[in-house]
Amino acid sequence: MARNNGVTRNGKAFLEDRYEIRLSGSGGQGMITAGVILAEAISVGDNKNAVHTQSYGPEARGGMARCDVVVSSNEIYFPEATELDLLLALTQESVDAYTHLLKPGGVLIVDSDFVKHKPDREYIEVPFVETTREKLGATIATNVVCLGFIAQHTKIVTKKSLESVLVERFPTKFEASNLKAIKLGYDLAKLIATNGNISGQLEESLETEIDRL
Amino acid sequence: MPNKNEIKGTPAFIQGNEAVVEAALAAGCSFFGGYPITPSSEIAEGCAEKLPLVGGVYIQLEDEIASMASIIGASLAGAKSMTATSGPGFSLMQENLGFAYIAEVPCVIINVMRGGPSTGLPTKLSQSDVMQARFGTHGDYTPIVIAPSNVQEVYDLTIHAFNCSEMFNTPVVVLLDELLGHMREKIIIPDEQDIYIQNRRYPSVPPEFYKPHDITPDLVSEFVAYGEGYRHNITGLTHDEQGFPTSKPAEVQKMLKKLRRKIHAHRKEIIQYDEDFMDDALYAVISYGSSARAAMSAVRMARARGIRVGLLKLKTLWPFPGKRVHQIASEVKGIVVAEMNMGQMIREVDRYAMGQCKVKGALRYDGLVIEPDEIYEKIVELRTKK
Amino acid sequence: MKLETISPVHDYLRIHKKFPTVWCSGCGIGSVMHAIIRAIHELEINKNSVALVSGIGCSSRMPIYLDFNTLHTTHGRALPFATGIKMVRPDMKVIVVSGDGDALAIGGNHFIHACRRNIDISLILINNYIYGMTGGQVSPTTPLESYAHTAPYGNIDPSFDAVKLATAAGATYVARGTNYHIVQTSKLIKKSLEHKGFSMVEVISQCPVLYGRLNNMKLPTTMLEWQRDHGVNIKAWDKLPEEKRAGKFPIGEFLDDTSRPEYTDSYYKMSKEVREEAANGEE
Repeated sequence: MARNNGVTRNGKAFLEDRYEIRLSGSGGQGMITAGVILAEAISVGDNKNAVHTQSYGPEARGGMARCDVVVSSNEIYFPEATELDLLLALTQESVDAYTHLLKPGGVLIVDSDFVKHKPDREYIEVPFVETTREKLGATIATNVVCLGFIAQHTKIVTKKSLESVLVERFPTKFEASNLKAIKLGYDLAKLIATNGNISGQLEESLETEIDRL
Repeated sequence: MPNKNEIKGTPAFIQGNEAVVEAALAAGCSFFGGYPITPSSEIAEGCAEKLPLVGGVYIQLEDEIASMASIIGASLAGAKSMTATSGPGFSLMQENLGFAYIAEVPCVIINVMRGGPSTGLPTKLSQSDVMQARFGTHGDYTPIVIAPSNVQEVYDLTIHAFNCSEMFNTPVVVLLDELLGHMREKIIIPDEQDIYIQNRRYPSVPPEFYKPHDITPDLVSEFVAYGEGYRHNITGLTHDEQGFPTSKPAEVQKMLKKLRRKIHAHRKEIIQYDEDFMDDALYAVISYGSSARAAMSAVRMARARGIRVGLLKLKTLWPFPGKRVHQIASEVKGIVVAEMNMGQMIREVDRYAMGQCKVKGALRYDGLVIEPDEIYEKIVELRTKK
Repeated sequence: MKLETISPVHDYLRIHKKFPTVWCSGCGIGSVMHAIIRAIHELEINKNSVALVSGIGCSSRMPIYLDFNTLHTTHGRALPFATGIKMVRPDMKVIVVSGDGDALAIGGNHFIHACRRNIDISLILINNYIYGMTGGQVSPTTPLESYAHTAPYGNIDPSFDAVKLATAAGATYVARGTNYHIVQTSKLIKKSLEHKGFSMVEVISQCPVLYGRLNNMKLPTTMLEWQRDHGVNIKAWDKLPEEKRAGKFPIGEFLDDTSRPEYTDSYYKMSKEVREEAANGEE
């Protein structure tokens, strides 16, 4: 697509504070649901605008799964994410497929255990799946942990709104574990912020700190 | 456009397809007959879950021909009825859609458009059924076709579709596309008392004087359901006002004229469109559905660069707001029509522009969404090229 | 003398509106219409609660002449239209009149699925072995080697047996009569109207103008005699040796099964249950 001189592609220069998030992983990791929770929390809870779109079709069952959340305090016209501000990639496949869509300075968050070939740009790695398994006993809530992490890292959504969507959308029996998962995500993000674990292997000390969470 | 936060009601964060279901229920729909097809299936699924809970009927038929037939039967039995489909199913529905036009049966058809022809692109988006919705079934008829461009409009215009259908005894087609059907946005579901609901007009005369296709002063006949003691006849043959077959030239012409005039005479109540920055516009973009969202961004891009361009967003595709388009064409230097097909609505715009200004298409038909800068480039081209 | 007083049948006709009918003299459809009216009259069903639905063809013109809630639809589609009516108004008596081409060719898919659902609709299938309205083309029931305008050298298309088809597809009342045995046919139609579930009564009828003329049976009476000689009562049919069955067909009642749930019953039972559950859940 040709770029117009002085005008960012798709006119985003004129769309104040437009923030594009892509959540990607393999089918069954709950990325689509995570996107819905995030977008609902932002738009209904925080009263900003958010649009959720997803890749759809046979290829979305099993294999790769992804969804996009576009956030703005203004009306969102063009709903698709084409220049990402944040990419969460839980698998190697999704890192390979979508990293090039990140705009300069965009945030790349990967799962340290599942992404072996590290991208040649700045990124944050977090052992989401493994930590969720260790701390919460199962990997089912990995997507919610990721949401907590993104929320703390970007401040794009308030914790209160995230929690209230989780409470309202899911049966009561999942309430406690979901809230724990959110907190775990927040804690992970705080830890990584202080330890500065950017684009490198996890420091042993960090692993110890994660253990203490 | 009113600020969403100013509308009273309950916020909901839902898909376009889910909004169709919510709106249909709010409009009083109590019958859904359908057949699964991507990308519309969430509408059937939503109806299967919710209609039994309100005492309505959900039924999955053997194909789309039967789906369309069943909603006509249900409507004649007194229910507000709906079906949902996509291109291939919409093609199968054309036969009985024609029946609903000639027999004047209210019902709503949702077509979540995908790429075609034939099986085409089941999971990708397109706006290529615009002309099929206008001319798809054989014979002369005047359809009402509606195209929302965001989830709030999906809700509001689905209710408008039911209201038009009930008001004018005619099927109404709502065109969504894959993006809109699956996209989630916050909408405000208005409180029940704030939703305007139109119901069919019950006869004011006893059975012996009742004429199901009566040509009244406002051209809209009274409608009574089966089983109410009126025992009338409904046929797909050209019929007289009583509903009995006729091939007398004068009666044939009278009936066909009525079908057209009942829509044309009321087009002001039916037609809806939004305008943005049109006051001082030297150029105009005309668009609808998902394309209109990219068009809004494109118009803002152009405005930021000092180009005086405005947007006409169509919410009713048919009847076409030809008068307004003709007027715009007389005021601007050029029009860009943005749509996701090989050029369908642009023909109609061109027809009403009548050579008063240049008309250019920003067209995309590869299954992906049209992007703002594709439209922006066409605006720039209009300005620079002679 | 006023026409209405001649026979109770006249109370059910739109005599002053749409007569005479489009049917040719000697056509069998009028007799079937008469048989249907007799059945409704004897059952004392209120005219207001009868919906008579048809598709396209000679037999499908019937609703226009009858004083019920009538619907004359598109070719082959009468059953799904009727399904819509029945689902919304399960209290109404929904009857579909169809021909062999309408029900078994273009409407074949709708036919088997209506049987499968066992929805309470009575289908009266008037089989005259030919497309009459369009001028005598071959139909899915035209016998092998018969002649039609589109089978000028004799028909090579094997035919459907509507009774077997309905039975296999799940209809719960299945019968066949003829125009010659019209009293029996009216009784079969009466039973089908009383039956709760999908019922199909095939009526072998005559089209002397097209089928008869092309197949050496120019006179309606010849065709009625053919029906008399080829329609064998089911009880006699069972005892008939195989070699004597050739060219003949059984008539009578083949299936009367009340064990299977009717579709609108199942639907409204489910709907009632989920509403009660929802109401209890809210308490």
